[in-house]
Amino acid sequence: MTSGTLLEVRGATMRFGGVTAVDTVDLTLREVELRCLIGPNGAGKSTFFKMLTGQLVPSSGTIQFRGKDITGSNPHEIARLGVGIKTQVPNVFNGLSVRENVFIGAARRKSIKHARQIVSETLSRLQLDSIADRIVGQLAHGQRQWVEIATVLAQEPDLILLDEPAAGMNHAEVLRTAELIREINRTQALVVVEHDMQFIRMIASTVTVFNQGRVLMEDDVGHVLADQRVRDVYLGKQAA
Amino acid sequence: MKIDPRWAGFLVMVALGLLLMFGLPQVLDLFGLVQMTVFVAMAMFALSQGFLWGYGGIMSFGQAAFFGLGGYAYAIAVINLGDSTLPVVIAVAVPVVFAALLGYFMFYGRISDAYIGVITLTVSVILFELVNSTSGDAYHIGAAQLGGFNGIPGVPPLNMPGDSSSPLDPGQMWYAAVGSLIMVYIVLRAILASRFGRVVVAIRENETRAMLIGYDPRFYKLLTFMIAAGVAGLAGCLFTNWGGFISPTVFSLTMSAQVIIFVLVGGLGTLLGPMIGAVGIEYLITIAGSQHLVDANLGLGIVLVAFVLLVPQGVVPLIRDKVLPFAKLVPRQSKPIPTGAEVPR
Amino acid sequence: MDLVGLLAFNVVAGIATLVLITLGLGVIYGMMRVINLAHGEFMMLGAYTAVTAVDAGINIWVAMLVLPPVLVGLIGLLLERTLIRFLYGRIIDTMLATWGVSLGLIGLTTTIFGNMVRAVPVPVGGFAIGRYGASLFSLVIIAAAIAGLVGMLALLRLTKFGLILRATMQNPNMAAALGVSPPTIYMATFALGSALAGLAGGVLAPVSGISPSMGAAYISRAFITVLGGGPAIITGTGLASSLFGTINSLVSFETTPVIGDVALLAAAILMIRLLPQGITGRFLRRSL
Repeated sequence: MTSGTLLEVRGATMRFGGVTAVDTVDLTLREVELRCLIGPNGAGKSTFFKMLTGQLVPSSGTIQFRGKDITGSNPHEIARLGVGIKTQVPNVFNGLSVRENVFIGAARRKSIKHARQIVSETLSRLQLDSIADRIVGQLAHGQRQWVEIATVLAQEPDLILLDEPAAGMNHAEVLRTAELIREINRTQALVVVEHDMQFIRMIASTVTVFNQGRVLMEDDVGHVLADQRVRDVYLGKQAA
Repeated sequence: MKIDPRWAGFLVMVALGLLLMFGLPQVLDLFGLVQMTVFVAMAMFALSQGFLWGYGGIMSFGQAAFFGLGGYAYAIAVINLGDSTLPVVIAVAVPVVFAALLGYFMFYGRISDAYIGVITLTVSVILFELVNSTSGDAYHIGAAQLGGFNGIPGVPPLNMPGDSSSPLDPGQMWYAAVGSLIMVYIVLRAILASRFGRVVVAIRENETRAMLIGYDPRFYKLLTFMIAAGVAGLAGCLFTNWGGFISPTVFSLTMSAQVIIFVLVGGLGTLLGPMIGAVGIEYLITIAGSQHLVDANLGLGIVLVAFVLLVPQGVVPLIRDKVLPFAKLVPRQSKPIPTGAEVPR
Repeated sequence: MDLVGLLAFNVVAGIATLVLITLGLGVIYGMMRVINLAHGEFMMLGAYTAVTAVDAGINIWVAMLVLPPVLVGLIGLLLERTLIRFLYGRIIDTMLATWGVSLGLIGLTTTIFGNMVRAVPVPVGGFAIGRYGASLFSLVIIAAAIAGLVGMLALLRLTKFGLILRATMQNPNMAAALGVSPPTIYMATFALGSALAGLAGGVLAPVSGISPSMGAAYISRAFITVLGGGPAIITGTGLASSLFGTINSLVSFETTPVIGDVALLAAAILMIRLLPQGITGRFLRRSL
């Protein structure tokens, strides 16, 4: 199980009018792998992420999840295959309580009893018990990020896609997030989009570097951070 | 043992409903009771709009279409069949099927909230025109003459199930109407407490997030739309029974506007509010109508504008969130529900 | 052959009517994303302006073409200042409020003028298409529709105001940063759309039964056309009017005007499944 291919992207391309935001990107993810996607602003990370989640349909190329073609599927169809998605802007149910948010994540195709059990486990795992009955719309930005992560975890997905999970969090929260990602990775695969190098270093994994819509390089975190081209890209120089 | 306040609220509501059902006939004369019966039909109509708008977040500007379809379906069926048992089922089924067709195109086309409002409004206007144009002997369905602008008079009332020789008298009609209203209320509460209902509310809160979890918002919205149409149809059936008569005015814009005002005044995101709004406003209209003080449309227009501008959350949430917590009677519950999509400016 | 000629003429007249009744709604929706549910009542006010002016002995062309847009434009301006401007960005609330205005105007007109149907004489006669007679007045409607479309296009394309309007529509914050006041622009746009609705009511007064509730007869067609047209106001209104006007006229000719409206609605509902963003949401996106 652990050695099989989970996600396979071939030649994914996204054009908006005359602009090619993502250009023939290939990416392979194994079961229970942790992969970070980095790159400067406008490198095409978020566009690529949205292609994986079904929010954008690639102009060309294919995306397969466990051998099943999901290119152009609706987001809810992709989610049902076992993909959990946390978007960059917190997407939560603002008018519902924390507990209700997580319940909605847990309850799809599970008995109510089982779902409640998952909810209470998830809440204590993410230390959200104390605010479980608060209305999410009244919480601080960082807390809402946690609620969204809890909702995604409650789905019990096999692959979790996180778009800038540390954005808007304070240092302590960032540390906890990194720790949580490592913990999740014991049983589940993750793709983390991030531009914060410090954060990438904390969760140490294989890194795919995007630049100008293409994959600049793909290697483990140490090599990537030491690479001159990556430094140039981040400093604003364009790699040759 | 601690009782969930929502459970307590539900039980209090049902008990109050039963109290009214059996109590009012003791204090009101028959005329008053018949008057109250039409209020009950309108309260059920308001539940339909309140469920759809307040919980589903779907804004129909033409809910009268389903109310009217239910009323006409009952009238036509009962005239043809004699016994009223099956016609009541038909009065619910016809609007539900119509809503399924219309909803499929709207929700699976992923059109915006505003467009859904416009389409539903247009549908009710065109149904009005269509039924209005059916004057003359040529327009009949079986034994039922549609009658165009004049409508269908002499619609047989409900009878004891399966026994068309024993029609309900006005007193019994009251019990049937309130009984149905309580039943609809219980069914809607049960739906809202179920997983389906929670997902419906979640979709209202954030459609993208619900989709990313794996729920298909189109399907949930379609089903919500169909449920609301069925409730409106049953309300239309009660309305037809009340007067023994139905005319195209059931499809009119005034009808759709009224039910929105019931919900808006009573309160969005509650089931109690729309019912209180319906009874309260119908009562005021009855008084105003007998006094000829203001034109009904003018009055409705002013109420609508005033509430949108000044009390957008409605009366029941206002009391629940502002007045009662102040008096420390119940905990503050939810924030007012946004009435529509925010538009970036 | 004569019949084909007559039919073609009627189709063109039908399209022109649709353009006329839609343009004001389209301008307000396209520029401000406000759906004005009082649009039909603005038309009704235009028609009442015409009938009152004609009864007062004012020249019928002035009564039809000049007074209604001016008066209804002013009423629009007043409503924008007192009501609509508080609700920008809340699309459903603006619909509710304008619906309240719609009901209020119906009630007010009923109170003032009573519930009877009034009429304006048709100022021009007929002409022959072969064996059939056609109304010259249809030519007036066609001319007014063309003038409305061309006038709006010229306003948007050629004038400084038009440029500011388009800029504000694209990006109000940027326009504000450049010294334009978006609230003023919205106010002007709403007044302009109202004036166009008034003009439609005035022009169509001689061919309508003028009563407080006459607006309802037009709004379904106007809404469907705006929906079908999509984001580009002028092109969208033109194209959707052509498509729906043809369907409406032909079906009405074969059956009744009511069935014509039903066909229009059926076509629109099919269309939202195929082109949810309207014609110009899919094609000709860069048009106005």
